[in-house]
Amino acid sequence: MKKQAGNFSPGHQVLGRWNKHPYIIMEKLGSGACGTVYKCRSTRGETYALKMGTDSSRMMLEVNMLKKFSKVQGEKLGPSFVDVDDYRMSGGHQLPFYVMEYIEGKPLPQFLAGKSKEWVGICAAQIMGDIAKLHEAGYVFGDLKTDNLLVSDSRVRLIDVGGVTAAGRAIKEYTEFYDRGYWGMGSRKAEPSYDLFAITMIMLETAGAGRFERGSSPRKTLEQKLAAAPVLKPYRTIIQNGWKGKYKDASEMEKDMAGVLLYKTPSSTRVHFRADQKKKTTDSGELTAITLLSVLLMGGSLITFFL
Amino acid sequence: MKTGRLKQILLLTDGCSNHGEDPAAVAALARSQGITVNVIGVLDDRQNSRPQGLDEVEAIAEAGGGISQIVYQKSLSQTVQMVTKQAMTQTIQGIVNKELQEILGKNQSLEELPPEQRGEVVEVVDELGESSALEVLVLVDVSASMHHKLPTVKDALFDLSLSLNARSGSNDFSVYTFPDPKHTILQMVDWTPELGAVNRLFSKLNSGGYTPTGPALREALYAFAAKSAPSHLEDGEDPYEETGW
Ligand SMILES: Nc1ncnc2c1ncn2[C@@H]1O[C@H](COP(=O)(O)OP(=O)(O)O)[C@@H](O)[C@H]1O
Ligand SMILES: [Mg+2]
Repeated sequence: MKKQAGNFSPGHQVLGRWNKHPYIIMEKLGSGACGTVYKCRSTRGETYALKMGTDSSRMMLEVNMLKKFSKVQGEKLGPSFVDVDDYRMSGGHQLPFYVMEYIEGKPLPQFLAGKSKEWVGICAAQIMGDIAKLHEAGYVFGDLKTDNLLVSDSRVRLIDVGGVTAAGRAIKEYTEFYDRGYWGMGSRKAEPSYDLFAITMIMLETAGAGRFERGSSPRKTLEQKLAAAPVLKPYRTIIQNGWKGKYKDASEMEKDMAGVLLYKTPSSTRVHFRADQKKKTTDSGELTAITLLSVLLMGGSLITFFL
Repeated sequence: MKTGRLKQILLLTDGCSNHGEDPAAVAALARSQGITVNVIGVLDDRQNSRPQGLDEVEAIAEAGGGISQIVYQKSLSQTVQMVTKQAMTQTIQGIVNKELQEILGKNQSLEELPPEQRGEVVEVVDELGESSALEVLVLVDVSASMHHKLPTVKDALFDLSLSLNARSGSNDFSVYTFPDPKHTILQMVDWTPELGAVNRLFSKLNSGGYTPTGPALREALYAFAAKSAPSHLEDGEDPYEETGW
């Protein structure tokens, strides 16, 4: 018999069995394979996200990761961790839940709708930047997909750290469309290149291809979809390099992205920065360039200033 | 802590058995021999009502201490690897729970621990899942109604091997089909660490009008027993292991 994760309506109070902290459900935010996430309020009036699941082990593994990654080298990656507990339902059985920072944001495809086309590249570069920190710490994100991202203040944030896996182990969780194994493009070992493949799929998806079937020759399908996406033209070589496993980790790929976004050529192929290139940019072009620089090099803290 | 080798039978079928002994009883027998039985019921992509016979799927897995899942063909790959991994975790958790009870007393299960300690235990379980040696005997129903689903099954088995071989623990797979008029089950792939390009898989098909799931499970059990017979070295380092094909 499978336990039901319950479906709580606004106003419902969830009281932790161990820590005795009450949370009032405000609304349902979404649900996935592992549980349901609600927006909630604590008695002190703070807003949080509360994830309620059925599989206690899986929830605990997630909590462990969340604790580890709400602070990687001083910078937040996922939502910060708040509380973990069990909720005893009236019927007697108990559901594990945890509470984390609420991230007010939009799904990536929704954020990109109506934005100029370079945003696809900017967002991809942001993801690479965050993932680079994870790679540096010896971990791989794993289940990297648009469902597990939110854009908050024009900055992509990683949510759902359930798939984060120590490098060298087997990928814990994946979604076929983003999984290189499914596409016949490599193993399911947690290697930095596993995440990079997923990022290229996010780029294809958000550049207009959506999620598509692999067909009878998956590799060809990928190449065709890439060729058919004009938005991705500037990044075509980078994406193909990602597929070939040419990048050691996300920071290398991010560097090439930055090269294209700023100078229209991948940094690895750029020999010297030429001054005349800079002269050609218009005022607004320069502003974009500075904004991009801030996003790429300073982790985006300046971007809200310009927008 | 060690778990020894984890043993599973993975049964892929699409309907109920109609011949021979009760498959759930054989599954219970397997469980008592330390072999977990998982069952996946494969539906046609267009099928929109749950066929009655598939109730048996749950009963077999329950008796076999494993996991059952009924899926459409298109999600077969993801389900096969998930069910296998979840069953591994479940088995390991059972072992860990037993140890916990020895340390902390009766009725002490993982769910009853406060979150902090539970967090530590799940890390141990996770580590064991990554590093344990696993043996999976795949038993595929190839009765007539399954024929057109076999290419999907083939893909799913390749995918299973891909998932499990990403772990650091060793894997051993073998594939059998049933019904076989002579021996009830027929070996398709002998024990191998990788279900790579199993091209010859399901080449010689028999379409008898019967589905002897119970007897097939029993034969699978014997095949497992033959594997762990003393002719093989303890830790699986078989000196005669064939490589390269
Ligand atoms: N910290 C959060 N803040 C705001 N929304 C969130 C947060 N965590 C999850 N969500 C929302 O809930 C959905 C499901 O959460 P997720 O953690 O991805 O669950 P699952 O592990 O089941 O996939 C997400 O797609 C997102 O919309
Ligand atoms: Mg998710």
